[in-house]
Amino acid sequence: MALDRQTLISLYTTMLTIRRFEERVATEFFAGNVVGFVHSYIGQEAIATGVCAHLTKEDRIVSNHRGHGHCIAKGADIKRMMAEIYGKKTGYCKGKGGSMHIADFSIGMLGADGIVGAGLPIATGAALAAQLQGEGHVAAVFFGDGACQEGELHEALNLAAIWKLPLLFVCENNHYGVNTAAAYSLAPRTIIRLPETYHIANRAVHGNDVESVYEAAGEAVDMLRRGEGPYFLECDTYRHHKHKLSEALEDLRPEEEIKAWAKRCPVEGLEAKLLHRDVMTNAELESIEQTVLSRIDEAHRFAVESPYPEPQDALEDVYSL
Amino acid sequence: MRELTFEEAVTEAIQEEFRLNPKTVHLSTDLQATLQREFGAERIRVTPIAENCFSGAAVGLAGSGYRTVVNIRMATFGFVAMDQMINHAAKIHYMFGGQAKFPIIYRMTVGAGNNGAAEHCISPYAMFMNAPGLKIMLPSSPYDAKGLFKTALRDNNPVILFEHILLSAVKGPVPEDEYFIPFGRADAKREGSDVTVVALSKMVHDALAAAEDLAQEGVSVEVIDPRTLVPLDRQTILDSVKKTGRLVVVDEACQTCSAAAEIVALATADGATFARLKAAPARVCGLDIPVPFSPPLEKYAIPDKGKIVAAIRETMQASTPR
Repeated sequence: MALDRQTLISLYTTMLTIRRFEERVATEFFAGNVVGFVHSYIGQEAIATGVCAHLTKEDRIVSNHRGHGHCIAKGADIKRMMAEIYGKKTGYCKGKGGSMHIADFSIGMLGADGIVGAGLPIATGAALAAQLQGEGHVAAVFFGDGACQEGELHEALNLAAIWKLPLLFVCENNHYGVNTAAAYSLAPRTIIRLPETYHIANRAVHGNDVESVYEAAGEAVDMLRRGEGPYFLECDTYRHHKHKLSEALEDLRPEEEIKAWAKRCPVEGLEAKLLHRDVMTNAELESIEQTVLSRIDEAHRFAVESPYPEPQDALEDVYSL
Repeated sequence: MRELTFEEAVTEAIQEEFRLNPKTVHLSTDLQATLQREFGAERIRVTPIAENCFSGAAVGLAGSGYRTVVNIRMATFGFVAMDQMINHAAKIHYMFGGQAKFPIIYRMTVGAGNNGAAEHCISPYAMFMNAPGLKIMLPSSPYDAKGLFKTALRDNNPVILFEHILLSAVKGPVPEDEYFIPFGRADAKREGSDVTVVALSKMVHDALAAAEDLAQEGVSVEVIDPRTLVPLDRQTILDSVKKTGRLVVVDEACQTCSAAAEIVALATADGATFARLKAAPARVCGLDIPVPFSPPLEKYAIPDKGKIVAAIRETMQASTPR
């Protein structure tokens, strides 16, 4: 399926925004300007981008610890994201959450979540809400091969199946939980066999190819909107960084494997296709690059110039009024 | 006044509020026939036995504009759902900077006395008191249960109802007219002048029986029921202790790090109250053991009227004028 030029430009811009945002965060982290736990989405950009392109702000997503890409693809404000990563008062969570807990309920982004697998039950609730509303809205949950080792996946697949929830399970299989290979820690050799047991429609795609993800997610979301859900999409992918940004953490993944996946970079892959098919020129790509970089500079400046919360702000928002 | 059981009083609160608010959902592993007849199977849902999943579903429903009552049944089953209740429901309003509300009620039964053994009997409310973001109701009567539950159904936070397993069939007066009981307002179930007994949940009944016995001996016992542990009505407790000069806290939970420990600390850490104490505060709590099965073992493990009477007598005798 050939995508139209406008869609391709939009997908490319989102992917590049995620890539450059994550690169900037990493630079600032290693310069000592960002603290805490930061999990980079570099390498997996095509998945959030291809899925969220089909979602409106009435559709809700639940993310995980590696959540920056999902936020950006769902339409979050990168200024408020960067401010949150810097722990500033102007951040999405007023500095209470940080990199791992960015949320924007106004656009249906129900939050990044630091407990592996825990987003799955929450997403069943978001999908149930969509079903009760009856307006064709859907929910999507992003999780990895690590979450497939948690009991919550079984519980969520089971609940979604018996209630026919409009829930898109998006498994971003990057093959590792920190340094433990899923080939060791997950008994089923193929994750995509799991949803079959629950009679859940499913498909496995190359997660670094945004066109494949976009096409499969489009078919899935259409099914969900017709009330024929749930759906399980497995996206094969690989992260460029270690589990989290860290000097100390070792990367125990095989060097040849890292090199092989580097050749399947989702952003460079799309650029090559756009040029090869004469969809875009080098000058047009460069122009998008400049726009994205200047937006990220602006976001970074906003974060740096924003004030920290006052210490006693720690006491606010424990309870809702 | 008409009488309802504790269970009927809570069901009536749910019915009244679910009629007013269509964006309400009830989740439980058993069919709630009365509720489902009135509100339908879409809203009154029977769930698979997956406590963590449906407790988390309530979080997702809340984040999507719905209010959910989750009946987990036993608090010990609730331990399976601790991740969703503690890591998510309790924290995410705060962690996300207050941008969304999470109105959820988790119902769990607590207590011993029905030979359920260790995996069906426990009173773990102190664990949840240690998770900021949750509110905790601990009513001792059908009247309090309904009024508090009505309030919870309009509160915008996750609220836990701990209901004692031996109280659910207990009847008590419940007015026909609508009423609400605000959180953080303790109730003096009996007024007295010699000793303050702060009692929790079913222990309120045992403490009242003890107070009746001691009245024959000329000891005037005040019985305070906090009704909610979070928020805790500190002022009413402190005022009562300042008046009587003596404090006995009765709590079926294990003594270590219990709500009773917190209440004793509250009285002793407040200078004005401490200055009025005529005796060291005492606790009558469950033993620090898993609840055993066999009747004589179980009876030994948890407080009862006799142990409360003994503790109050001891506190009265220990009193020395300063």
